[in-house]
Amino acid sequence: MKSDVDRMLPSLEPVMLLDPDGRPTAAGKASLPAGEELLRGLAGMVAARRFNEQAYVLVRQGRLAVYPSSHGQEACQVAAAQVLADDDWLFPTYRDTAAVVARGVDPVEALGLLKGDWHSGYDPYERRVAPLTTPLATQLPHAVGVAHAARLRGESTVVMAICGDGATSEGDFHEALNFAAVFRAPVVFFIQNNQYAISVPLARQSIAPSLAHKGVGYGIPGEQVDGNDLAALLTVLSGAVERARAGQGPQLVEARTYRIQAHTNADDATRYRTDDEVTEWVAKDPLVRLETYLRAEGILDDARAAAFAEAAEEIARRTRDGLNRDVEPNPDDLFRFVYSRPTSQLVDQLAVVHDEMSRDALSREEDRR
Amino acid sequence: MTSTAVEHETLSTAQAINRALRDAMAEDPTVLVLGEDVGPLGGVFRVTDGLTAEFGEDRCFDTPLAEAGIAGFATGLAMNGMRPVIEMQFDAFAYPAFEQVVSHIAKMRNRTRGRVELPLVIRIPYAGGIGGVEHHCDSSESYFAHTPGLHVVAPSNPSDAYSLLREAIASPDPVVFLEPKKLYWAKGEVALGRGREPGIGKAVVRRPGTDATLIAYGPAVPVALEAAEEAARGGRSLQVVDLRSIVPFDDGVVCAAVESTGRAVVIAEAVGFASVAAEIAARVSERCFHSLSAPVRRVTGFDIPYPPPKLEHFQLPSVDRILDAVDDLQWEDA
Repeated sequence: MKSDVDRMLPSLEPVMLLDPDGRPTAAGKASLPAGEELLRGLAGMVAARRFNEQAYVLVRQGRLAVYPSSHGQEACQVAAAQVLADDDWLFPTYRDTAAVVARGVDPVEALGLLKGDWHSGYDPYERRVAPLTTPLATQLPHAVGVAHAARLRGESTVVMAICGDGATSEGDFHEALNFAAVFRAPVVFFIQNNQYAISVPLARQSIAPSLAHKGVGYGIPGEQVDGNDLAALLTVLSGAVERARAGQGPQLVEARTYRIQAHTNADDATRYRTDDEVTEWVAKDPLVRLETYLRAEGILDDARAAAFAEAAEEIARRTRDGLNRDVEPNPDDLFRFVYSRPTSQLVDQLAVVHDEMSRDALSREEDRR
Repeated sequence: MTSTAVEHETLSTAQAINRALRDAMAEDPTVLVLGEDVGPLGGVFRVTDGLTAEFGEDRCFDTPLAEAGIAGFATGLAMNGMRPVIEMQFDAFAYPAFEQVVSHIAKMRNRTRGRVELPLVIRIPYAGGIGGVEHHCDSSESYFAHTPGLHVVAPSNPSDAYSLLREAIASPDPVVFLEPKKLYWAKGEVALGRGREPGIGKAVVRRPGTDATLIAYGPAVPVALEAAEEAARGGRSLQVVDLRSIVPFDDGVVCAAVESTGRAVVIAEAVGFASVAAEIAARVSERCFHSLSAPVRRVTGFDIPYPPPKLEHFQLPSVDRILDAVDDLQWEDA
């Protein structure tokens, strides 16, 4: 019989159900998600890939200030959203816009932060998606609090809290795991280990046997999964979500994946990693792997594949159109949302801005004459 | 003003805060009290005494010992329908929570264009004068006051402690509630219930006076009142303004007071450089320049780390130091 500690330890190798060539592994032969689930996942990944590519282009066109791409991590992005129910919550990082879109948030609103109009572009309550968080791991204790509040009210909400490998070095990561464990909060901590925190490789973040092993220190079961295998991700994450929903507390899931692009468009990845390494990971592409399997099994045909591509193109078109529209930001907004009611000082300061604007307008008017 | 009769009780500041928490919890089931040792122990200052027994472990509970975790966890609770009141056990022990407070609690409303409100209160036993060893006596208000999005409140007496905390808990904005430790045991008449004039954002004149204005908040207010009493015996009439609320700041009451006397001394325990006292002095100088008969003086803590217990009396603004500053207000020119 397994001890409690053994039950919390992850498997020695990441769970893989489809190998990089799209063939079911031994575990995959035993059990795979239903074909419809996999098709839904593929559709999501095709859309996410297209979205990543579109956003990358929009940066070069000056329409986005910056874009941290999840190219190569689409299986993680899609699975994180796909395993959730409508009443669940998703807590994303800045690299998880594709997951946010997969959750149903409007793609243009999802890119609000990166466009630079405002710090967050969507209503977090509408699809139950927290704002993209830029500081590392700070969203994780928020996720625990949201989960605990739901639990106090007797709701069945589960919270999916995403972070990266670098974030596991932050204090908030540890505090969040510990709080979740102590309060038995229904949270799935989902680490996308894409091997690099900007330039710093995983070996400089941690020498733990795996990041999933960090769970046991808090009394949380950990699991590691191939982050480019959508079938494995759906299985592991939905298992964690359902256990959390059933009152069995939090779980830690580490997905082994790879950031194919640089950290952002402003980064130069050739300074810290080799082309060979990138090529090796490109060969493990999550889309190709799943598509190969689905075609081999006759689950996916050309018509369906074309429909997925068309839907992805539609998202790209909406994203492009939305971001190509110039919306004049209103400086009043800078003062409107600081407090529920602006202080008298803020009212005075806004008047200063208005005064400057009207004088600018006046001098432009005079220049024209 | 409410039409219902206001009940009064004589309470210490700690008891008044406890009563405010109890009354708020009884009125609103979403009010939660959490932090280190706030459960069965009732807090190291007994401010949360009896709350777990009365409301159960779901409403008042101990957390793991991690201030960032507490602040971040409370952020999530507040995002999801609760009104958490968290305790940072001592001023200097709140620093691990600084990132959560500054980057998230203060900014969430603005970040989300008002869609996500964080009605949470951060209670901090603060400031010195209790013989506390290192890290137990910091005056950290400037850090919070410098952060847009937070309200920062510091009561100077039991009645304000009660009413300001009730208001803070009911507020849709996050409030840093600074509890002067030195005043925990000071007793006073407390008007219970809600519905009085708002106190957050409103300064009050605690003592009328015509010769000079002493501006203080939190633990410095009783010292200012004592100084005014002493000055009165020497024939000088000092007005005392109690800010109550550092943010929002009440320019109206403060400036009217200073304009009425033409002289001002700002008193605060915190280190003076780049402090709330410095800000007040600057605001008063800017706004009341033509009414001033002398430069605005500041009596603050020195620019040193908070001293050990046997030396702390050198750091705290004293009646003598206040009166010396008042004596310096160019009376010979009058």
